[in-house]
Amino acid sequence: MSITYLEAIREAQAKVLHDDERVFIYGQDVGGAFGGAFKATKGLAKEFPGRVLNAPISEDAIVGTAIGAAMQGMRPIVEMQFADFSSIALNQILNNAGTHYWRTNVPVPITVRLPSGGTKGSGPFHSQSMESIYAHYPGLIVMTPATVEDAYTMLIEAVAIDDPVIYCEHKYLYYHLKADKLPAEGLPTGKARIAREGRDLTIVTYSAMLHEALAVAEQLAGEGFEIEVVDLRSVKPLDTDSVLASVARTGRMLCVGESFPWGGATAEIIARVTAEGFHLLDAAPQRLNAKDTPIPYHPNLWSAHRPNAKEIARKARALLRE
Amino acid sequence: MLLTRTLEEKLVSLYRGGLITGGVYIGKGQEAVSAACGLFLQKGDIFAPLIRDQAGRSAFGEPLLDVTRTYLGSRKGPMRGRDGNIHRGRPGDDQLAMVSHLGAMVSVTVGALMAKRFKGEKNFVGLACIGEGGMQTGSFHEGMNIAAVEQVPLVVVATNNHYAYSTPNEREFACHDLVDRAIGYGFEGYSLDGTDLSVCLDVIGGAVKRARAGRPPQLVLASVLRLSGHGEHDDASYVTDEIKAEPFARDCLKVAEQTIVDMNLLDAETLVQWHRDAAAQIDEAIATAQKEAPPESDKEDWCAISTRELVDHVE
Repeated sequence: MSITYLEAIREAQAKVLHDDERVFIYGQDVGGAFGGAFKATKGLAKEFPGRVLNAPISEDAIVGTAIGAAMQGMRPIVEMQFADFSSIALNQILNNAGTHYWRTNVPVPITVRLPSGGTKGSGPFHSQSMESIYAHYPGLIVMTPATVEDAYTMLIEAVAIDDPVIYCEHKYLYYHLKADKLPAEGLPTGKARIAREGRDLTIVTYSAMLHEALAVAEQLAGEGFEIEVVDLRSVKPLDTDSVLASVARTGRMLCVGESFPWGGATAEIIARVTAEGFHLLDAAPQRLNAKDTPIPYHPNLWSAHRPNAKEIARKARALLRE
Repeated sequence: MLLTRTLEEKLVSLYRGGLITGGVYIGKGQEAVSAACGLFLQKGDIFAPLIRDQAGRSAFGEPLLDVTRTYLGSRKGPMRGRDGNIHRGRPGDDQLAMVSHLGAMVSVTVGALMAKRFKGEKNFVGLACIGEGGMQTGSFHEGMNIAAVEQVPLVVVATNNHYAYSTPNEREFACHDLVDRAIGYGFEGYSLDGTDLSVCLDVIGGAVKRARAGRPPQLVLASVLRLSGHGEHDDASYVTDEIKAEPFARDCLKVAEQTIVDMNLLDAETLVQWHRDAAAQIDEAIATAQKEAPPESDKEDWCAISTRELVDHVE
């Protein structure tokens, strides 16, 4: 048996719907026999009648509704059809959900699923990675699972957490990534994972870029370099300690993320490592992000817009030479 | 109404005396509409007031101390110095804490009502307040539509006070009458003269009753004039003399008091006593809040999430 990243997301939702009567799913096209634009909720409306509900194309009101329901003790999961469209709901997510516990002492346990990141031919409005925007604002937890196992256990954990969780699931991994079985439990949220051990260079990454980084590590192993790869798993909280521990072993760090370059998760990691671990570094830390343009449609352009294994390898080799 | 008017006048003088930090936003001229919003709600109902709804908040049961503690920055208030003035609320007691982004609380109220339905509760309603300014936001339109799609027992009371801050109606919307939008949303719509308390009680009471009985969501459109600035920093010099002469520019409190006296429901002496009682309660709530300690930055719990182990430690 093998299970994909997308199936893991569906299975996690089936499990929480089964185990917890407070859970319901709200979003565009999630209900009925359709089961979502990517089929992440396929069959769930039938299995859990009245708890997997189609909503109008009203991202602001969908999240507002989830917030109100969460205040009253429910555990809503919102599916944004694409992460890009969550920009319409920014106000509810940032100003309402993100401020609510701080202001009123009443937490808002919503989970907002964001089908994120680029795939071929998806263009500027169906490809975005929004984790850095959500991580910037107080009051939100931002998960970025990179493996089938994490996709499953982290979504279950997201629903259990009393605070708002932005769950960034990568569309490129939906069908590409497979595991033999689903785990009973995973690492806790906020704990990074060493995806590959090494001693010459640390690549810190998350979500789909993990797999590009692992491919580069494999390639550079053939050139005699041992690359350590850290999978952050969540960008907020960010496991600075694990990153610092890795940099202490390798002395060099490259951060790779798929979102736009200005600010963002990779800049945050470099700022923290430079401030807290300057003495551990043998070379200036580097980062690689998508280009500072909207995300292009054509595959020739798109594959060069996001960081890819070739670019990561080039950057890694340059850093190893310093 | 009387309590609110007296309270807000007192808050204004505290503000002018430099004793309140931030803004003071009052509901002068809107107390009849607002009071009617709070009066018909029961325990278990949801109330989403906005900035000119002190009367509704008090009618819903908000203690005066919540008001004075929040305005005066006591750490014992519901917002503990973290948020001020009219953003306060007690969501655990079904009084939602508004955000400043107008229209946003409509869908939040819808969600709270859906939760009650999921949990099998019966006989509940939600009431969300809005102004004609807030009615022009995308968030408001989305919230109204989703309320009707979900067929929740919601009453939306919209008060047209004729100015969005300084912008008059003709630069706010171009439809003939805002209540006409009700049918487009799938609501039932009613208009009323917001300066007449008995009309407010009839129409808003009726809307709450219909929503509770399972009729479609209700939109009530009240017409008044805002008898103050947007906030107390604003002298409202842009309000024209012509509009001040309109019937909707009457002061609802004066109208109500006159009606009560004309109908012999109350003698003048008792009315004076009501004024005194209101002032005494308010003075006490202010004195109490003024004695209480403010929040202190070095003792503050600087943590925006409730899950301690997931706090991201960064300076």
